Amino acid sequence: MSDSTKGRLSRRNFLRVSALAGGGLLLSTRFELLGTASAATADAAGSLSTHVSISPDGLVHIVAQNPEIGQGVKTMLPMLIAEELDVAWEQVRVTQGDLDTDSFSGQFAGGSMATPMHWKPMRVAGATARAMLIGAAASRWGVSADSLTTDAGAVLHKATGRSLSYGELATEAAALAVPSADNLVLKTPQEFKILGVSKPGVDNSKIVTGQPLFGIDVTLPGMKYAVFAKSPVYGAKLKAVDLETVKQAAGVSHAFVVRGDTPLSGLQDGVAIVADSWWAAKSARDELVVEWDEGPTAAQSSAGFAEQAELLSKGEPTQVIKADGNVEVALGAAAKTVEAAYSYPFIAHAPLEPQNCTCHVTEGAVEIWAPSQTPERARDGVAELLGIDKSKVTLHLTRMGGGFGRRLYNDFVMESAQIAKQVGVPVKLLWTREDDMAHDLYRPGGFHYLKGGLDANGDLSAWYDHFVTFGEGKKFSASASMGLAEFPQGFVADYSLVASKMALGVPTGALRAPTSNAISFVIQSFMDELAHAGSKDPLEFRLQLLDKVIAAGTKTRLDAKRMRNVLLLVAEKSGWGKRQLARGSGMGVAFHFSHRGYFAEVVQATVSKRGDVAVDQIWVAGDVGNLIINPINAENQVQGAVLDGLAQALQQEITFEGGAAKQSNFHNFKLLRMAQAPPIEVHFLQSEGDPTGLGEPALPPVPPALCNAIFAATGQRVRSLPLANHDLSWT
Amino acid sequence: MKIDFTLNGAATTVDVTPDMPLLWVLRDVLDMKGTKFGCGASLCGACTVHVDGKATRTCRLPVQDVKGAKVTTIEGLSADGTHPVQIAWKEIDVPQCGYCQAGQMMTVSALLETNPSPSDGQINSAMNRNLCRCATYSRIRKAIHHSAELIAGDEAATASGSGAK
Ligand code: FES
Ligand code: FES
Repeated sequence: MSDSTKGRLSRRNFLRVSALAGGGLLLSTRFELLGTASAATADAAGSLSTHVSISPDGLVHIVAQNPEIGQGVKTMLPMLIAEELDVAWEQVRVTQGDLDTDSFSGQFAGGSMATPMHWKPMRVAGATARAMLIGAAASRWGVSADSLTTDAGAVLHKATGRSLSYGELATEAAALAVPSADNLVLKTPQEFKILGVSKPGVDNSKIVTGQPLFGIDVTLPGMKYAVFAKSPVYGAKLKAVDLETVKQAAGVSHAFVVRGDTPLSGLQDGVAIVADSWWAAKSARDELVVEWDEGPTAAQSSAGFAEQAELLSKGEPTQVIKADGNVEVALGAAAKTVEAAYSYPFIAHAPLEPQNCTCHVTEGAVEIWAPSQTPERARDGVAELLGIDKSKVTLHLTRMGGGFGRRLYNDFVMESAQIAKQVGVPVKLLWTREDDMAHDLYRPGGFHYLKGGLDANGDLSAWYDHFVTFGEGKKFSASASMGLAEFPQGFVADYSLVASKMALGVPTGALRAPTSNAISFVIQSFMDELAHAGSKDPLEFRLQLLDKVIAAGTKTRLDAKRMRNVLLLVAEKSGWGKRQLARGSGMGVAFHFSHRGYFAEVVQATVSKRGDVAVDQIWVAGDVGNLIINPINAENQVQGAVLDGLAQALQQEITFEGGAAKQSNFHNFKLLRMAQAPPIEVHFLQSEGDPTGLGEPALPPVPPALCNAIFAATGQRVRSLPLANHDLSWT
Repeated sequence: MKIDFTLNGAATTVDVTPDMPLLWVLRDVLDMKGTKFGCGASLCGACTVHVDGKATRTCRLPVQDVKGAKVTTIEGLSADGTHPVQIAWKEIDVPQCGYCQAGQMMTVSALLETNPSPSDGQINSAMNRNLCRCATYSRIRKAIHHSAELIAGDEAATASGSGAK
């Protein structure tokens, strides 16, 4: 899930072609991916591949290989293949592939990686099949391949007006040698007919008629239903439980203790209750009496973290993440300095489909239906847990009711495997919403103690951030770190990012735009404070910072020109500086670079005298390369990410007391509602480079843009989230 | 205990414990998976169906309470996806993950029965208790207006005697 994952595609590829039983062509392509993979995307290493088959009736069957969590990948990857294959989209039928590490790779959903990883290999797969179909037509007609063209699933010989459909050629094509990828010419964007043209989701018909698609919908003959009761405090050990009473409950067939292991995100101690229906299992669990030994985590709380952070901020930081120049000297020499303390809370992922997994363990084999963003790791984990070879584990991918990073972790898969092993028949484990809130791998909270310096012109001259976060020794808790080159590093000569850490007993994990979703609030809000301190327009202040780097030609992690362009675009679209707004209304701007995407956003908000915040409108300008592959979905993703950021800023927080999360369901962990969703205008700059992912990078600028708008509206600077905790009333 | 009701137009009898929520009767006893579980606490609307035409949450609704009632689920809106709300949802490409959408569509179809042309304000209040974690709200709003147009178009066509669908 991090920007550090940079997959490079090598030119080597391996192709297997075989005739389909009953005629037709089955194409399976493997591409080697070279590069480094961060821990969160270990699945990215290896080979990439895809499957296409063309049946004699001309239908093109494309296997969607990646997990669909609502990001639209089940539609997008097949579009890439279909484009180069040169078929009409109407001919394409998409099916969901199982986990198949021999044929596929990169079968995961994370880090907005599907587009950059598969952009070329999927198109090469399509182009390869097309070349073979052309080859088959050339030998049938005795003409040169060069004299042939294709269109909408047919090979054409212009000179004679002859044509043959792919369906008629598929069987002959399958007998041909596979052409080298080096000899393939891929289309230029100007030639695209499918890419860049809106394609509604391939599962829409099934979704609107309520057909079973999701993990929770899996039903197997003889299947039983399970719940799994754990302590609300992470890592607690089970001391005592009355299983006998539970076993007497109506419909219950099994009740037993599962012992956990130690690693975070692994299996925890708990009580499994298995019954004829989920309702029976859940009802029995409501009566369950368990005694836990909660361990040291029970002493942790959000209030405690805040106190500890305040203390640590006054001491020496324990780690230097990045230091350029001499920030102390620069602050001393500054014409003006600003100091501020920022913080953000833990938050939960809360995908709408509660965690579930269906598993059947038989003698020597396991079959799993897993709503997992990392199915390969799920399979390998189950193999290890049950002590069997991973070749004996079959894993089916299901559509997921949201992911947001939560399903990168397979704790619920491990639980279902462990339970199914003891029961012998297929078992569907389903968590309650309360389980999901209590057992998340939360987006970690964090604290930043900042100092900024301005020179006599009001330009940024020093930036110091003491980041108080979670971890031990050199190690940060998951998603609780910051990069070496996070903006404004590289944009100010004297820059220092240092850290202190607190031990944490609660597991944390990647949430949509991990780390960025939190630090963007801090960086872009403090940037705003500095702009105002130097009496500059916040947009102008940012532009000047970017311009200086552009003029100097300095290399920075984010491309200052691309960021400048989205900033200018959002200024133009939002009418920045041109609108007359009444007191209580204001506009705020912010930008952030993450997951290879450039996003600048303007929020207009109105704060009532009572202090209620209403967001009037949001303008988004994004740059994710030279093409928007599927515009109708791109807009939906960006609007969703923006509203996700808005919900976080307005009203989301997980607080810990006695080591346990206080929030338990949607009454106290609040998702955004229809009435809170403002109009969102989305504009894309189609710039340079291959297209990159869109699931995440639009989120991070929202919280700071909103808080900057509130400052413009009321003069109140918000330095901690969520806004619901602040009294924003004014007179 | 045996409980009779009408499900998507068909007489249905289930033999279950009477306090089992209708949601679980639909999903696990009748194997109709369109109606979804999101919170189990009447907070999210994923489990919305029509009971005698009214949008109703089912995760806390004991099945005995629908004895003799007419229940319509997403599967009963139309099996082939030709209900105007279904058409609009596909055309506007509302779903992201799609998990909440059955509940959204059942709330919308009930709303349009009583208010064929809702304003944005009326949409806000009618849809306030249907959560979408993917936040497809802009699309839902657009699709509601589009559904209303489709229904109006159908009625106009019927009224003008063309009978076209
Ligand atoms: S599952 Fe019934 S309202 Fe959420
Ligand atoms: S589309 Fe995912 S919850 Fe609504």
